[in-house]
Amino acid sequence: MSKELIRLSDCVMAYDDDVVLDRIDLSIQDKEFLTLLGPSGCGKTTTLRIIGGFLTPTSGDVLFDGKRINDVPPHKRMVNTVFQRYALFPHLNVFENVAFGLRMGQTVVEQENGQEVRRKVKIPEEEIHSRVMEMLEIVNLKGFERRPVTALSGGQQQRVAIARALVNRPKVLLLDEPLGALDMRLRKDMQQELKRIQQEMEITFIYVTHDQEEALAMSDTVVVMDGGRIQQVGSPEDIYNEPKNAFVADFIGESNIIDGIMRADGVVEIFNRRFQCLDKGFDRDEPVDVVIRPEDVDIVSEAEGQLKGTVTAVTFKGVHYDTIVDFYGFKWLIQTTDFCPVGSHIGIKIDPDGIHVMKKSQYSGMFGDYSSYSEEYDEINDPTLLDEEEEGAGDEE
Amino acid sequence: MKNKRSLFAVPYVIWMALFVVIPIVIMLVYSLTVSVTTGEGEAIQFSFENFTGMGAYVTVFARSFWLAIVATLVCLLIGYPVSYWMAKEGPGFQRVAMALIMLPMWMNFLLRTYSWMSILENNGLLNQLFQKIGLIALYNDLTGQNIEYFQMIRTPGAVVLGMVYNYLPFMILPIYSVLSKMDQSLIEAAQDLGAGTADVFRRVTLPLSLPGVLSGVTMVFVPSVSTFAISRLLGGGTNMMLGDLIENQFLGGAYNPHLGAAISMVMMVIVLICMLVMNHFGEGEEQAVML
Repeated sequence: MSKELIRLSDCVMAYDDDVVLDRIDLSIQDKEFLTLLGPSGCGKTTTLRIIGGFLTPTSGDVLFDGKRINDVPPHKRMVNTVFQRYALFPHLNVFENVAFGLRMGQTVVEQENGQEVRRKVKIPEEEIHSRVMEMLEIVNLKGFERRPVTALSGGQQQRVAIARALVNRPKVLLLDEPLGALDMRLRKDMQQELKRIQQEMEITFIYVTHDQEEALAMSDTVVVMDGGRIQQVGSPEDIYNEPKNAFVADFIGESNIIDGIMRADGVVEIFNRRFQCLDKGFDRDEPVDVVIRPEDVDIVSEAEGQLKGTVTAVTFKGVHYDTIVDFYGFKWLIQTTDFCPVGSHIGIKIDPDGIHVMKKSQYSGMFGDYSSYSEEYDEINDPTLLDEEEEGAGDEE
Repeated sequence: MKNKRSLFAVPYVIWMALFVVIPIVIMLVYSLTVSVTTGEGEAIQFSFENFTGMGAYVTVFARSFWLAIVATLVCLLIGYPVSYWMAKEGPGFQRVAMALIMLPMWMNFLLRTYSWMSILENNGLLNQLFQKIGLIALYNDLTGQNIEYFQMIRTPGAVVLGMVYNYLPFMILPIYSVLSKMDQSLIEAAQDLGAGTADVFRRVTLPLSLPGVLSGVTMVFVPSVSTFAISRLLGGGTNMMLGDLIENQFLGGAYNPHLGAAISMVMMVIVLICMLVMNHFGEGEEQAVML
């Protein structure tokens, strides 16, 4: 699990003056499920295309198994890709689509006079047949082999695309927003399915998405990107519980991000009140960003509260109420099962482990205020906005 | 709604009926009749004579189809690489190349063909150039012959050249249009699956561009078979093609519109059969492009 398979070192991708990737360093372990997560234009697709061999970084190295592969063309890499819009061959049926890679032959490495010789060997037809059928069974498409791919539903096309990439037994599978075009229900099923396939085949998955829920649900490692830079690398739990800056905190889940001052180890001051927290290692009186997740806030009576505020909006979400509370002009989102009517005065309590302190960054002050709550929430929930994911700079030339 | 919209098609339907369907019917009637001179003057009689006597023109038919096939193949061999190359380049280059391809078409067809005459003539531009650079002298030295010019005009080659020159844009445009619209991710997918440049072309680009090739071939082959000015101007009298033969029956010295109509009908049927056969091969791919 801990063997390094791919390393990007100091990778820069620039088109003229437009820097798409800014000195990326990334290490990808063998057999892990790694997700590149970020908004449109953050450089995640560009990173994927560099690993796939469709782009050559302007500077920096791409290492595969310790060997530099910057100039190795895509068809000579042990990597296969599931494309954003599947890119199935419309003139071939399901079987032939999946068999495409196998018909290209297999590279065999032989020792000849002490030298390594790579040779393309044709795969016998029986083997192609059995491997394709086996793959179709894994993706639950048995019986579809003679169908034209144009007659398949989105979910089925998706499965063909996955089978087509996996049948070549790559060491790494790259997936570029593979579930983007599917509806919610199918997405959830396919997430499970992909995770299962990854574990069954024991290969590395590198998955690109803008959907934080998807990233948290499937990944071993999440890489949060923005502005061509890696903002944070970590397990889903780390990313959620210990975001490094306001961008990560805001992008992953809902967060209230408040200006605070670190008064001592484990003591942070917000709105002139001191709160117990678990964070240490900051300078005395250092200005910081404080993240408080909406579900970590307890609503209590006004008298008991550490902070007092007025409810300005309530939305019923099924499991809980999204309650917007105004504290001294700063609006918080609180998720609670207790209904508090608009206009009621309430107090809140926060446990020390519900407070997370971050260093100030370029993103400070940009996120985490729910004053414009309704618009922002619409945006987050509007899948059509996110589906427009297109990294202009990622397109070749 | 639907009825209203179909109203707009009425002028076209009338046009088609007046200038396509009715003329074909007239031609059919003509081809199945002959005019006979009797005591009271000219009379029109029903007869298969026009068709039964068609055997005399087999060589003209054969020459026409042969030259048209050669011209179509040459157009394909030149047109496909050009289209492929254009589709790969940037949009600026594509615009310039497109303008260059279309430019000759802004000039009159006859004018273009006449200019080829003056280029290919025995004392035309090319032969003068060959004279100047000593090519003709060199040829005479090498072969021991004594020619003053290369015979270029009045050869089948000149006819093919004229057809290729005139119809090449009709080959390039449909192929280019299919290639430039092709989904680049399909090519990336093929590369990703282990296909080198040759395999990508053979297994993805070529099959997916077949519909463009088919319509290009059709658009070159059909006018080539029936061309008449090119063969007359560049082929001289020795390379008579179907177009010339038919023209001769209607406007020329061999005035016999009945025979002309019959030859036209036979040619039309053969061309239709060719198209049917070709479309049959292209069926699967055409659906693929609909995607």
